[in-house]
Amino acid sequence: MDMSQYLEIFIEESKEHLQSLNQSLLQLEKNPGDRPTLNEIFRVAHTIKGMAGTMGFNKMSKLTHDMENVLHALRNDEIEITADLVDILFKCLDALEGYTANIVETGNEGSQDSKELSDILSGLLANKKADGAKAPEQAKAVAPPDAKGDSGITSDLVLDQYETNIINKAADLGNNAYQITVRLNKGCLLKSARAFIIFKTLERHSEIIKSVPNVQDIEDEKFDFEFTVIVLTKADEEAIKKDLNSIAEVDEVIMKMIKEKNEAAPGIQAEETGVAEQMQALADLKQVVAQGQNKTDSASKKTKTGKTVRVDIDRLDVLLNLVSELIIQKTRLEDLQGIERTQQYVEAIEYLERITTNLHDAVMKVRMVPVETVFNRFPRMIRDVSRELGKEVELEMSGVDTELDRTVIDEIGDPLIHLLRNSCDHGIEPRELRKRLGKPECGKIELKAYQDGNNVVIEVGDDGQGINVDKVRQKIVDRGLLSRDMAANLSKKDIIDYLFKPSFSTADKITDLSGRGVGLDVVKTKIEALGGTVEVETELGKGSRFFIRLPLTLAIIQALLVMVGEEKYAIQLSSVHKIINITPGEIKTVQKQEVITYRNSVIPILRLREVLDVPGESIAEQKVMTLVIVKKGERLTGFIVDKIIGQQEIVQKSLGRYLSGTKVITSATILGDGNVALILDVNALAN
Amino acid sequence: MADQNISEAKKYLVFRLEDDEFGIEISKISTIIEKDMDITRVPKQPVFLKGVINLRGEIIPVLSLRLKFGLADNVYDEETRIIIVKLDDLSIGLIVDSVAEVVELDDETTESVSNIAGEQALDYLKGVGKLNGRIITLLDLEKIVILEEDAS
Repeated sequence: MDMSQYLEIFIEESKEHLQSLNQSLLQLEKNPGDRPTLNEIFRVAHTIKGMAGTMGFNKMSKLTHDMENVLHALRNDEIEITADLVDILFKCLDALEGYTANIVETGNEGSQDSKELSDILSGLLANKKADGAKAPEQAKAVAPPDAKGDSGITSDLVLDQYETNIINKAADLGNNAYQITVRLNKGCLLKSARAFIIFKTLERHSEIIKSVPNVQDIEDEKFDFEFTVIVLTKADEEAIKKDLNSIAEVDEVIMKMIKEKNEAAPGIQAEETGVAEQMQALADLKQVVAQGQNKTDSASKKTKTGKTVRVDIDRLDVLLNLVSELIIQKTRLEDLQGIERTQQYVEAIEYLERITTNLHDAVMKVRMVPVETVFNRFPRMIRDVSRELGKEVELEMSGVDTELDRTVIDEIGDPLIHLLRNSCDHGIEPRELRKRLGKPECGKIELKAYQDGNNVVIEVGDDGQGINVDKVRQKIVDRGLLSRDMAANLSKKDIIDYLFKPSFSTADKITDLSGRGVGLDVVKTKIEALGGTVEVETELGKGSRFFIRLPLTLAIIQALLVMVGEEKYAIQLSSVHKIINITPGEIKTVQKQEVITYRNSVIPILRLREVLDVPGESIAEQKVMTLVIVKKGERLTGFIVDKIIGQQEIVQKSLGRYLSGTKVITSATILGDGNVALILDVNALAN
Repeated sequence: MADQNISEAKKYLVFRLEDDEFGIEISKISTIIEKDMDITRVPKQPVFLKGVINLRGEIIPVLSLRLKFGLADNVYDEETRIIIVKLDDLSIGLIVDSVAEVVELDDETTESVSNIAGEQALDYLKGVGKLNGRIITLLDLEKIVILEEDAS
């Protein structure tokens, strides 16, 4: 059978499940006694096992199977959750991720097997068996399959209080409780399938409240040839028996009515594990219900499916391109000359405008992905890094549901990893030092995302030692980048800017200047390539905070169109601070750089006509010049333009790799008249 | 008689620059457009790169083969065409004086580049085609484009 068509689905779902496994494991580590989490882990492992098995990925399936055994023992309190055990589970997760990565790349799970992990896992189970005397071995104690032999007499199931209550309640409503033991033919091949049919049959007239072994084990064929269930029913004993006997491969059906009114049911033993069993019973009940609803494939059952559709990102890109074309055409309609602008025409255009705007918003929303998809791998990373460094670090994340365009999301991971690692490595002090400084021993890293106007801001902050500006200053001098005097005059901000310079980052890897600098230039380049900015706030001894500001979307932006000579250029509106008029007299020259005084600060100005080599005679000094002040981070720069055309929604189009080296231009857009206007790279120009 | 040769022969689009005739493999050409649209100049680029145009929503760089080959730029007229070539995923427009016709050339009518010298566009030559006394310089598009990338 050709499985390739399912491969995509398998990969997508595996990734999701592994992600959820990761989260649950982290939670389990924090809170080892959390049973719902344990159940979730079990569920996920089970699901992955089923999926991998279906696809024929046997190594994955084997590993999850072994995990499941251990998890099962954990759920039954047969073994204890220890830090080591969680570590092993994390290793299993890594192995599973490895398999999945292989599958993504090559279509098969690779040759690496996880025998070692499996051995460790089975070792854990062996330990359990060793002191198994203490542990309540539910299945064995209750219905030892061998003990029954051919006698046909089945021992009573152990009922806990909860079950007894149910049975009593049911009896009040006229329901009888039966204990039914079904023995399958020894030649039965698909025991679990057979059992499933029996369950379905029983569910026709009754409610199953307990099963031994539990549903999970039955599904996994972890039973010999018989199992026992307790059902509540109004139906006649014989009728049920007849129904069951009519199922093929059923050898024997033993039914016994349970009549117990007394609270202290005879079966109650192992009081201590009662709670656990109740939980188990509840979980089983849920599973039975879930199974009833989803009979397609017991292995890949999902508890819920939202109303979602998986769409290939390429299709969304096509959709977005079409919307872009529509917007261009709309603009063209607005700009058409020689048309009589009747009221109807204007109304139609306005209506069209509203629709295209809404359509654009809708399409952009479809492409939005919560930052969670990137963030959720960080807790694990911080955990690993902090262990490696022997530090105690807590990661606090907020705003994980903040959304960003898919294209941005895909790119933002690496820079963030970089910053987080930096914070861990160089920001947070070693434990002893923190203690001495009177700080909490556990360092804190904060990862925050929130929307701010047309931007999304991601903050990475730590409560570590901060950046030692003086040391950086010294480093600048040592590296011969600036003379001592010049360096002494630099502001704190300018000094920190040096950390983002490539020349700085290639420095010795672990520097004493709180080490910031390894690859910070890479972070900056990447973020700026996305049209974003990076800023740092730092206080010595208190910590540092990186602010990454990203545009919500890359494709369609609001822009200011300007004329420079006869050429039209677009400036991203989000970076425009203000447009003012100045007179030539206001322009001063400081160190060959033209500047003006604006709001009590001196800002550099650029004549775009010259910077962009715009052909044509530069017009004789006008009386009034238009200055577009742009902000890059906190820095302002003024651009002298010839004319402001106005604000417009534009569609960013890549210049393609042929022109990718163009420094002052980020991309292009198509104007309403079909011509191309270039979008200025404000960051590059302002530098 | 041509039937046998057609399979071996390659089709070339012949265009003119000044008084010379050049050929480009037709399989590399995606379309030919009249030069009736504005070319947007891109700053900080070599002179022969005239700028970018909008071709059905796609931004395409356009270069002047005249300038590329060291000829003087001329005034565009109604004969001027932009030949859009596609190499892998890269589309580029080439401005030429005029487009003549499509010819078929096979091994017999083509000479390899080593036998010729003294052409200005030698760097970009792939060979020379001879057809009824006409000499058609065959261009190596990859070279034109790749050299560009190295230069920029």
